[in-house]
Amino acid sequence: MTVMRSRGVRVAAAAATLTALLLGAGCASDDDGTPSGGSSAGGGGSIKEGLSVAFLPKQVNNPYFTVADNGGKAAVQEFKGEYKEVGPSEASASSQVSYLNTLTQQGSDVIVVSANDPNAICGAVNQARQGGAKVVTFDSDTNPDCRDLFVNQVTGQGIAENQVKLISDAIGGQGKIAILSATANATNQNAWIELMKAELKKPEYSGIQLVATVYGDDKDEKSFQETQGLLSAHPDLKGIVSPTTVGVAAAARYLSGSRYKGKVALTGLGTPNQMREFVKNGTVQSFALWNPADLGYLAAYAGAALASGMITGKEGDTFTAGKLGEYTVGADGVVVLGPPTVFDASNIDQFDF
Amino acid sequence: MAPERTGRPARWVSTFGTWDVLVIVVLAVVVIGASVLVEGFATARFWGFLLLDVVPIALIALPMTLVVITGEIDLSVASTLGLASAVLGQLWVTGLPLALTVPLVVLLGALLGAVNGLFVAGFGLPSLAVTIGTLALYRGLAYVVLGDRAVADFPIGWTGKSIEALPGTTVPWVVVPLAVLAIGFGVLLHATPIGRGLYAMGNNDQAATFAGIAVARTKFWLLVVTGAVAALAGVFWTMRYASARADNGAGLELSVVAAVLLGGVSIFGGRGTLMGVLAGVLLLMTLRNALQLADVPADTLTVVTGTLLIISVVGPNAAGMLRARMRRRRPAAPPVAGADGA
Repeated sequence: MTVMRSRGVRVAAAAATLTALLLGAGCASDDDGTPSGGSSAGGGGSIKEGLSVAFLPKQVNNPYFTVADNGGKAAVQEFKGEYKEVGPSEASASSQVSYLNTLTQQGSDVIVVSANDPNAICGAVNQARQGGAKVVTFDSDTNPDCRDLFVNQVTGQGIAENQVKLISDAIGGQGKIAILSATANATNQNAWIELMKAELKKPEYSGIQLVATVYGDDKDEKSFQETQGLLSAHPDLKGIVSPTTVGVAAAARYLSGSRYKGKVALTGLGTPNQMREFVKNGTVQSFALWNPADLGYLAAYAGAALASGMITGKEGDTFTAGKLGEYTVGADGVVVLGPPTVFDASNIDQFDF
Repeated sequence: MAPERTGRPARWVSTFGTWDVLVIVVLAVVVIGASVLVEGFATARFWGFLLLDVVPIALIALPMTLVVITGEIDLSVASTLGLASAVLGQLWVTGLPLALTVPLVVLLGALLGAVNGLFVAGFGLPSLAVTIGTLALYRGLAYVVLGDRAVADFPIGWTGKSIEALPGTTVPWVVVPLAVLAIGFGVLLHATPIGRGLYAMGNNDQAATFAGIAVARTKFWLLVVTGAVAALAGVFWTMRYASARADNGAGLELSVVAAVLLGGVSIFGGRGTLMGVLAGVLLLMTLRNALQLADVPADTLTVVTGTLLIISVVGPNAAGMLRARMRRRRPAAPPVAGADGA
């Protein structure tokens, strides 16, 4: 497995070395016998070569996870591991279990998973860990006691503040709004919605009234229909917040083709590539997102640091995640990527994901 | 499967006996092929995981086989599973002990089956239409019960137990009750007058009625049993995934029907064996899990499952038509021409 198999691996090795040099993080620690000049990622010790890292998104062919997983792939290439992505075609709770079982059988070193349900996959995660894998959740967590680390895109508070601010700006601080969410059980979505409700209670948002929360199940068609339903049920709706990439794109598509275009404001969490045309045609003023590629990248490094014995995942552990720099593990084994980026007409063309 | 005991001409038994045998042969080929080609397939661990995936589908496929043989279908099974799961979760939250909740939930499943039975057997409505309706209705009710919540704090004694293996093996213990039920359904279908009646009404409802078979009553109770078994599968599902959710098992009815048809049961009723169906379930799931182990993407898996389903519907019918055409060329044998119904 560790045999240099292809030119690609060697190129990646060279790239990793170069990256290490550029970062000045080349603190070569030869105590584990790896040749110096290999991937040295700071922290206590260095990342082992040839780690098998598997990404298990909520669903394959979801643009968001494709970008996130590709970020992970880039990280895995940097530390000369073996990357693969597997996953179900539908984002259901139990469908991930058989994939986890498969990865357990294949003896993966690191499994990076975004959980469709915080509990349904715990049994399988435990089996994977008993089989020797380190399990890092990203984007959507499991119960904290069943995984090793959770790489959180941003704090829920950060999302809630950002989303409420954006919709308030878009509707001028007055009127009825609704939320278009993903599946009704999505851990992160529900946490954010609760925090948004709390945020809306602040005096500066007293003119805003949340009238409905609907679920598009992260399916384009369902999200489209739910948007349609929202507008017929609440003709005086001023704005929609959709903190999910599938939902916000479907809602934007509906609005831009309807008489509500420009009248009903829309914001949410979306990718620049999906939202570009709607920002340019005036359907959407601004929206936000963290960089999912960075999220996957950080999760891969976190998993590799665990699998290399550099960290154990306890609070206060620090590790270096390549180009992103140093991260510290917080309470409950959570690593936070950083604040979200706001995209609007002025900056959207600088991003391609 | 003994042909002489079914009391029907041995001709169709041998005809569709061959489809069963074909499925079993294909299953053997897949197992041998995958053992050689797919790393990690020929391991006890793989089969342990596989059997856990097989159990809910096989469980529901047992009564479904009988239902389809009578010429009916029950598409509401996965929604019954979901509603059972949701109610189980809700009752657990309310504080009822599981030992009491589980029988209650199975009873609920029987009740849901009875609603199907009432419309199908009582009012004589087509089961396809009725159970598409209850598919939506029961899933909707599941969301009414549990909404967007997931109940997950079940005692580890139950959740751990659900995936426990038989001592010294990786074979999950739940396979044992499944096997007992399979034998029960097998005997009922292949060795009792009731079973013969099921084939008879699948071939021709009216003729069966004239022959003194209680068609409506039998169909009613079959759907009741199907509901109860689907709810039982819901209990297993909830414990295995340690999560009671309204969307549990969504879409599972298609896997069950696919397995039943793949196992050689005619969608028009009147034909099929339980052995074939069990081989069908195993074939479907083995293929799926083996491809997954070989890192075949999920979309391709869906395509493979769909193709198998088409083959399983077209295969026996094409074979039947071919035989009928060959028979027509031979002038003799007028008495069997109408009995085939294909």
